[in-house]
Amino acid sequence: MDIVVFFIASGLAIASAVAVVAQKNPFVSALALLGNLVSLAVLLLLLSAQFVAAAQIIVYAGAIMVMFLFVIAYVGPRSEIGAGERKPWQVWLAVLASALIAIEVIVVVFGATFGDWADLDGDYGTPAAIGKALMTDYLLAFEVVSVILFMAAVAGVVFGAGGRPRRLSDDEVQAKEAESAEQRRREASRAVLDATRDSMGEGA
Amino acid sequence: MTVGLPLFLAISAILFSIGLVGVLLRRSPLTILLSLEVMLNSVNLTLVAFSREVGGSDGQIFALIVMGIAAAEVVVGLGLVVAMTRREMVLDTDELRTLNG
Repeated sequence: MDIVVFFIASGLAIASAVAVVAQKNPFVSALALLGNLVSLAVLLLLLSAQFVAAAQIIVYAGAIMVMFLFVIAYVGPRSEIGAGERKPWQVWLAVLASALIAIEVIVVVFGATFGDWADLDGDYGTPAAIGKALMTDYLLAFEVVSVILFMAAVAGVVFGAGGRPRRLSDDEVQAKEAESAEQRRREASRAVLDATRDSMGEGA
Repeated sequence: MTVGLPLFLAISAILFSIGLVGVLLRRSPLTILLSLEVMLNSVNLTLVAFSREVGGSDGQIFALIVMGIAAAEVVVGLGLVVAMTRREMVLDTDELRTLNG
């Protein structure tokens, strides 16, 4: 039973990872990454890591992917510009180098002797056990991660909202002013219309 | 538990190398960040698999901290992409060669 779930989940994980890398449209890539994360969460559940699997879904699929999709929608079709193809020798070299790394690891891993799976305590991988370890033995790492996250949030705001946007040329400034003047005029006339309608309604 | 540890490690290595191909070949910064996520997640799988083999929770804590750092990395990376968009720069890593020696 376990082995069936394992092969289904790992097949889906590999297929979706290939889709992430190969898709031209970043939107489709992001959705494929979502599938990759969910199938990896299944693999984590097979390893009895319930809390990490839940955190994987909540943190990655919930928070990080929403941020990705938001930025992809913000950037729009411009993000597809960079998806042009490489020279063939670059593609072959990259695939060859990566395949060598994978094959190397696989050969080593299947040649090595590992111990059997350890016998587990009843609370292995539960939020209680993880939380206890996080709040006692790994408190320093926990605090450092929270400081890093805070710094990253500040950096994200500074990069995204700060800085000086492109200066408008004089023609664009004039066009913008004309547009806002037109809008103000339209709003004023609408206010007048509303006022007349109200007073007519009261009269009747 | 009938699936052995080597299978988990092999899947993790395959996912890592697929992500590596994406980081090496793609030119859009957004897709490079997405491929990086694939690589980080494959390493998380390795950490949790070894943690399961030993029977301790240390590897799982490590994986959670990697998730936190990945979130920070994505925030900074996406912030850079937004800043590039606001300045109307081309979103192509081959075109961004101002710092190229």
